[in-house]
Amino acid sequence: MESFLKSGKLGSSTTKVDKSSHANNETSKKKRSVPWIEKYRPRTVSDIVEQNEAVQVLEQCIAGADLPNLLFYGPPGTGKTSTVLAAARQLFGDMYKDRILELNASDERGIQVIRDKVKTFAQLTASAVRHDGKPCPPFKIIILDEADSLTNAAQAALRRTMEKESKTTRFCLICNYVSRIIEPLTSRCTKFQFKPLDESKILERLQHIAKEESLQIDSDVLNALVKTSGGDMRRATTSLQSCSTLKGKDTTISMQDVYEITGVVPEQWIKNYLQACKSNDYSKLEVFIETFILEAYTASQILKQMNEFIVNTDEFNDKQKAIIGEKLGTVSYRLQDGGSEYIQLLDLGCAIMIEYSKT
Amino acid sequence: MSLWVDKYRPKDLSKLDYHKEQAENLKKLTHKGDFPHLLIYGPSGAGKKTRIMCILKDLYGSGVERLRMEQLNFTTPSKKKLEIMTVSSNYHIEINPSDVGMYDRIVVMDLIKNVAQTQQLDVNGQREFKIIVLTDVDNLTRDAQHALRRTMEKYIANCRLILCANSTSRLTPAIRSRCLGIRVAAPTVPEICCILQTICKKEGLTIRSEFAQKIAEKSNRNLRRAILMCEACKVEQYPFAPNQNIAEPDWLMFIRAMARKISHEQSVNTLASVRGDLYELIIHGIPNNIIFQTMVSELVKNCDISLKAEIISQAALFEHRLQHGNKAIFHFEAFVAKFMCLYKRFLEDAVADVF
Repeated sequence: MESFLKSGKLGSSTTKVDKSSHANNETSKKKRSVPWIEKYRPRTVSDIVEQNEAVQVLEQCIAGADLPNLLFYGPPGTGKTSTVLAAARQLFGDMYKDRILELNASDERGIQVIRDKVKTFAQLTASAVRHDGKPCPPFKIIILDEADSLTNAAQAALRRTMEKESKTTRFCLICNYVSRIIEPLTSRCTKFQFKPLDESKILERLQHIAKEESLQIDSDVLNALVKTSGGDMRRATTSLQSCSTLKGKDTTISMQDVYEITGVVPEQWIKNYLQACKSNDYSKLEVFIETFILEAYTASQILKQMNEFIVNTDEFNDKQKAIIGEKLGTVSYRLQDGGSEYIQLLDLGCAIMIEYSKT
Repeated sequence: MSLWVDKYRPKDLSKLDYHKEQAENLKKLTHKGDFPHLLIYGPSGAGKKTRIMCILKDLYGSGVERLRMEQLNFTTPSKKKLEIMTVSSNYHIEINPSDVGMYDRIVVMDLIKNVAQTQQLDVNGQREFKIIVLTDVDNLTRDAQHALRRTMEKYIANCRLILCANSTSRLTPAIRSRCLGIRVAAPTVPEICCILQTICKKEGLTIRSEFAQKIAEKSNRNLRRAILMCEACKVEQYPFAPNQNIAEPDWLMFIRAMARKISHEQSVNTLASVRGDLYELIIHGIPNNIIFQTMVSELVKNCDISLKAEIISQAALFEHRLQHGNKAIFHFEAFVAKFMCLYKRFLEDAVADVF
């Protein structure tokens, strides 16, 4: 069907590609442009780096033990979804599609959906044999991705369903903040915390990808990528891919590109900001913030970097650091909540200015 | 006869006037097979839209310039009907989801699913994906941003998103990490001067470099505003006089007058008259954040440094509340009242110190 739809000019070009399959690398790549995060997603549970407890439990389960209801929580990019998908693939083999219901925040997930879709899926019985006669666990898995954006009513509706269908169904809740899941649900699940990945682990993985994709990249630059990712594997991988797509295959990726793509504010701007605060001159601060916004740097990013700076600096004593830290927190919250960058940054600047004048 | 802003908008990536290196990179990007989701951010008047159109043109050829307006209908689960205007060509669709307010999640989800499920039936078959341009994404609700996350990954095979925002602070990190961010900084003053001079040359006008400089500085590095100002000046008086008055937007002068009134006298009467002024501004559709920002920077001008810090911290508080409430006037007035209170106390203290 597909080839029929794409008849005409394209048809002739694809046949050409087939004839000289390897020579025309460019076109074949065009055919399936998979993002690297999908391409290099771990396929088996044992491929997963760190997160030992979860991996151990899942490996036992693959070996034949029973699986509890799971609750994975942790910062983004630590492999929560990858882990459960890999486990499911190993458990069910090619029946994978029938045995899994994946719901995430982009699907409609009100209480109605929990009642209808989840319940009906949960009530199906699963046999303990695969189509090809091999044994497989007699249950299905319902993955609720981004479970912290489920409404409270929907979570409440899950409670009884989870218990009643425990014979045939296992639930796997995935979320960033465990505090947003209601207590009765967390007590029904085995909780696993996913920690931010170690920098060396990310570096290893990036080196592997860079080799596979034959990129020209220095180890310094890779290190910078790892640093900016903050333990988020997905972010590191996407930044690497973005760098390579933006710069093209044949040019080397420089430090500058990494900063530009990850949106890191150059060190100089932070220095200038503090300088403006130090000068105790309000108009200087105002001018700085205006240009900062016009240069389209991200305010939330500078806050993050400022935080790092303030914590490590010797210019303030602990009490002053605490005051500035509190201000940073408020400002960052307000920014996320939709506050104007200009006023919030001014506010922070004034707070720092006051602290400077005290020293 | 169109405005200069539209007439001289660059139509091709290679014709862009500034950020040349970035344009070069973008060009490389469009020639490659795998085109990622883009997040284009920068202040207004920096040329985000221009860049998006250039990218689209580079991807699909001149076909994208044949635009049509279409009205799309969506139904919420609670059976409420939504209507939203879209601008689309055969290859892309442009939509501003925040037009429908809190229902933006439904629009985002349905639209992407619809677009993604229809395969491109093009004879040339040059691209396998369509493009959805979402403007004003910093006004998307949290729900809609959550909805975007997974949808973006799932339908990457036949649709790509170009997000256009003023700042990325309001976007969740999850969205940011899924896009290739393109920072479009505002053009510098010399760059604006240069562009103004080229436009004038093409129009057959002469413009002195000092005058161009003056316009560029007045425009606050907003290229769109600079070109509009320049055209307004031309209509007013040509040939340009070096000391010609450059018309500032009237809301700016209005707010300035208001600020002067507030710092002149702090009383209930002033507050009442300021209320009228504020209503006037709101009725004329000046965005709330612009009113607030200008008001704050005008008010702080003639304050002492210690007072400034306090006022700014109050301003930050009220500005944040403004985003939550749906009646802007309350928060404006609350801030004005707070300012008067602080200012008056400061003045009284100062007077007391003297004696």
